[in-house]
Formats: sequence, structure tokens, C-alpha cells
Amino acid sequence: MDSQINETTRPHITAKVEIPEQRSKLHTEDLQVDAASKSGLEARSVHAWFDKHHALADISLHFPKNTVTGLIGPSGCGKSTFLRLLNRMHEFIPRAAMAGEVLFAGNDIYDPGVNPIDIRRRIGMVFQKPNPFPAMNIGENVVAGLKLSRVKTSNKDALIEDCLTRAGLWKEVKDRLGSAGGSLSGGQQQRLCIARALALNPEVLLLDEPCSALDPGSTLRVEETIVQLSATMTIVIVTHNMQQAARVSDYCAFFLSDGGPGQLVEADLTTNIFSNPSDSRTADYVQGRFG
Amino acid sequence: MLTNVPDKRSIENNLTRVDKVFQNLVTLGAFFSMVVLAAIGGFLLYRGFEIFKDFGFSFITSSKWDIGDPEDTSTAILGIGAMLVGSIITAIIAVVISVPFAVATALLIEFYVPGWIKTILVSILDLVAALPSVVFGIWGYAVLLPLVEDWSVTIEHYLGWIPIFNVPSEIFGRSPLLAGLLLGLMIVPIITSVAREVYSQAPRDLIDAASALGGTRWGALRAVVLPFGRSGLVGGTMLGLGRALGETVAVYLTLNLVFEINFKILASAGGNVASLIATKFGEATAYELKALMAAGLVLFLVTLLVNFGATMIVNKSRKIV
Ligand SMILES: Nc1ncnc2c1ncn2[C@@H]1O[C@H](COP(=O)(O)OP(=O)(O)OP(=O)(O)O)[C@@H](O)[C@H]1O
Ligand SMILES: [Mg+2]
Repeated sequence: MDSQINETTRPHITAKVEIPEQRSKLHTEDLQVDAASKSGLEARSVHAWFDKHHALADISLHFPKNTVTGLIGPSGCGKSTFLRLLNRMHEFIPRAAMAGEVLFAGNDIYDPGVNPIDIRRRIGMVFQKPNPFPAMNIGENVVAGLKLSRVKTSNKDALIEDCLTRAGLWKEVKDRLGSAGGSLSGGQQQRLCIARALALNPEVLLLDEPCSALDPGSTLRVEETIVQLSATMTIVIVTHNMQQAARVSDYCAFFLSDGGPGQLVEADLTTNIFSNPSDSRTADYVQGRFG
Repeated sequence: MLTNVPDKRSIENNLTRVDKVFQNLVTLGAFFSMVVLAAIGGFLLYRGFEIFKDFGFSFITSSKWDIGDPEDTSTAILGIGAMLVGSIITAIIAVVISVPFAVATALLIEFYVPGWIKTILVSILDLVAALPSVVFGIWGYAVLLPLVEDWSVTIEHYLGWIPIFNVPSEIFGRSPLLAGLLLGLMIVPIITSVAREVYSQAPRDLIDAASALGGTRWGALRAVVLPFGRSGLVGGTMLGLGRALGETVAVYLTLNLVFEINFKILASAGGNVASLIATKFGEATAYELKALMAAGLVLFLVTLLVNFGATMIVNKSRKIV
């Protein structure tokens, strides 16, 4: 009931989102594990535990290269957990465990020989709450990842401008790159965090409810950014906003927990999920009948 | 133009009874510690006033300590310059040695070791913090002294051309380095515990952000935890510095008091105000006792100053972050 009310009271964003050309070439089959193209990112029978709590069970999902996949589902169904499994952030939680495989360009990122730091650099992440580094100024924040992973750049200023432009923030901050990251508004901070992730030029970008703290205007700008980025990047976005999922994603995956571990109910083209889902629970959720 | 500007209203904050009682209690407590502090300062000033009158500023700058004719106070020449400089030198050595050690230990405990090792390490540190300083002193004398003596000979051999490492007398032993090192070990637990406290408060989401950007654990600590904990670390260091400045027994056992300003930290000659008071107190003449009270006041003020400085630094760096 609640969400139905929210659905109607939520400010609607009516601006047009440019649809990238890949959308015309999308196929449901691409979501299948073992899809013919081995590109992109793929989870195979992934489970997650927090100590003894089994949080996620048997998720298999393929994220085709250079597409946007939306992860939707009610609170607590394991979307963030799944996302953090995809770039090895899960293991930072004490007593957290996982099973299954995550294939990236054909290789299991949990293979003992794989350097997780390298994985995190190639699979970037933006968190729900904007988290710029408070001790650094705006420019330093953008290149923080380079400093952290000791990547040398020949032209820092150009990189800062490029990343901020792609994150849709350049115009607003170009005259104040020296001021603290924390001095920006929440929406600007979030775009700064996106710019920071872009500076490492990741192949995959994971976004965990990136717009949940943002006003409609900033949300729109971030969404435009996502669509533009998907031309060269594989994007996975967790969102509670059905309209946002519909606007930005090519594919959608619906997660649900029936009290037990979260599971994948179905994954399909976004248009199918919203117009013609194969599972009735998906239909109920996207139409705001529960969750 | 606005014409009808009203008077400002006063906003009453009506506390409940419980709040009022609590507020009064807290105020009383704070007031009480201020009174005790003032009483100690006042007492020392009262007892040592004559010394400041007789010697003026030279009590702090001159290094000679000679009571002269015990019957005639005008023959006495008393100054704590060497002791004061010595106190500061040993305290600085202590801090320079302990801070890196404490930071490393705090990071290790908070971010690198599993829970059960953490528990063990924390209890060891608490134990060390609780050791009486006389135990430290004896250990320093019996165990550390011969070691430091050996090291000092080596250091002097290679670095003797640097003035502070030069030892013309060739007598090493109970040197400022030994006392400073011992003090450093004594204050490691204090600084570590404060550092640990602030590091554990470092925002998890910022550490995550650094890790998600391909930072190593050390990289994340350096980018997030160390800047976040800086002001707290300064506070902890000042606490340790305060203890190092005031430590008496341990220094008494490991430092050879010499009434001459000495910057050569390897030589068996140094000064320390607290230790001076302890040494002279038993057999002091009435006039010398007054001088010791005055020395106590100087130490008291220096410690206050250090704490005040620490508060300033902490407040300032908090604003930046
Ligand atoms: N650090 C943690 N320790 C223990 N349990 C956790 C932890 N993080 C998540 N969980 C549990 O795992 C399950 C999935 O949580 P997760 O954060 O992935 O949900 P979510 O789908 O992202 O929810 P939301 O939409 O509210 O963000 C929940 O039952 C949660 O209680
Ligand atoms: Mg979440």
C-alpha cells in the first residue's frame, strides 16, 4: 500500500532520456549464464552468508558488455550484498562468506591467483550515500583512485576535467576545484563520486542506489550520465525507483526474499519486466502492490 | 524599509527537574576540579614566591644549583634551566619514539589482527599502562641501561660528528636517550589507546570507498583513517607528553642529573625538573624547599601550557576535517 502512495506522490521526471542504440539489439538470451558471448560479467550460482545468516542463494546472472542492468527488489532481499560480491567488497565484512563463481572476461574473480585490488580497480563502485574524502579537495577526490592504486597519469588536469564532465559536474565546479569535496551539495557529491570511479576507467561500474539521496534534477543528470557511460561500460544499478529502472536499464533482475535467503525471481529485458513479466510476484512488485 | 521591527524575544529553555539536578551536579564537578587546580597552583606560588622575588627570571634560565651558606640565604644561587631543558629533551625523545610505535600498534590492533589477538594485545597494553613507574625505572636501569650504552657507543662512533650525538666525556650510561626511551615505552600504551579509539571511529563508508577504488588496505588507512584520526592522535600525544614531562621515579633511576644545560643526548648527563624535586626534597633546607616549590610551579605551568596547546591544535585540526 505504502509504495502505491509513494508511486503517485513521487515527483515525476518527464524529461526525455536518450535511448542508446544497443537497446535495439538486446536479447533476453544474453542474460543466460553461458551466453554465447563470454564478454561482460557473469555470476554463477552465487551464494552469500553473513556469519550463519544465509543472505543470498543461487544467483546466476549474466551482464552483457556495455549494457545497463537494473537490480530491483524489496529492502533486505540482498541487492547490495550481490553487488558487493561482484567486485570483492563482500569480503571486507567480518565473517562474511560466499560460494559460487563470478566470471569477469571469462576468469573467476575469486580464483586464488586473482588480485582483488586489481578487480576493484577494473570494476568500479558508487555507493548509496555520497562519500567523497573529506580531507581532499574536489580535484584530489577525482584522482584519489589513481593515487590509491599508484597509477601514474601524465595529464592530471585533463583527466579531472574529463571525468567531471562525464559525470555531469564540470560546469558547476570548474572554478572551485580547490575547495573541499564535502562543501558540495549531496547531489554534487554523488556525481563527484561517480567522477572518482570513472577516473580509473573501469570496465564495469556498480551503482548502489546512486540517486536515493538526490533531488529530481540531480537524479536526472546522473541518469543521463549512466546512459552515456553505457556506451563504453557495463553498468549494474540497484534502484528502488521503478521509473528509474525503466528509464535507464536495458535489462532488469528482480530479487526477492521470502524470509529465507534472497533469490533471483527473474531477469529479462526491462520492457518485458515492466509490461509482461513471467512471474506474478514481479508484476506485483513493479506495479507497487508490495515491497 | 522595514519599520515595525519587533524586539527580540528571549527563548526560555525550561529544563525538567532531573535535567536541572544533573546540570547542577555537572557544574559542581567541573567547578570542583577548577578549584583543586587553582588551589595547587596557588599553593605552589605562595610557597615559592620568595624564590621568584629573589631570582626573577634567572630561576628559569640559569643552571646553577648552590645553596651556599645554609645560614645565609643571600649566598644561594638557584636555577632550574638545565633541569627544564632536560625535561623537555627527554619528553621530546619519548614522544618521537613512542608516536610511530603507538600509531603502528593502534592500526595493527584495529585493522590487521583477528578478534582474539586483538583482545590479547589490548590487555597487554592495559597491563603495561598500569605498571608502576618504579618498576619501569628498575627495569630500565637493569635491562635497558646496558643495551642503550652499547647502542650509544655505536651511534657516537658513526654519527658523533652531529653535535647532539657527540660525547666528549666518553661516559654514556644514564643519558637523556635512556630516560627518553624508557619514558617513550611508558607512554606508548596511553597514545595507543587514544589512537585506537579514534581510528575505530573512522567512517566505514570512506574506508569502503578507498577500497572500492583499488586501494590496498594500507592505502585506505592512509587516505582515510590517518587523516581522520590526526586530531585525536595529537590529543593522545599531548597526554603522553604530559606524563613524560611529569614522570619522576623512572627518570630518577635512569638519568644522571647534572646542573649544566646538555644537548648531547648520549652523554651521561641530563636534567629533569620532577626528578630534581624528588632528589633534593628529603634533605632540603627551608630556603631550598621554597625553590623546589617554585620548580614545581614551573613544571605545573609547562604541563598546563602543553595541554592548552594540545586543545588548540585538536580544535583547529577538527575544523579542517
Ligand atoms: N554487514 C552485514 N552483516 C550482517 N548481515 C547483513 C549485513 N549486510 C546485510 N546483511 C543482511 O543481508 C540481507 C541482505 O542485505 P542487503 O543489504 O544486501 O539488502 P538490500 O537488498 O540491499 O536492501 P536495501 O534495499 O534496503 O538496501 C539482509 O537480511 C541484511 O540483514
Ligand atoms: Mg542496499
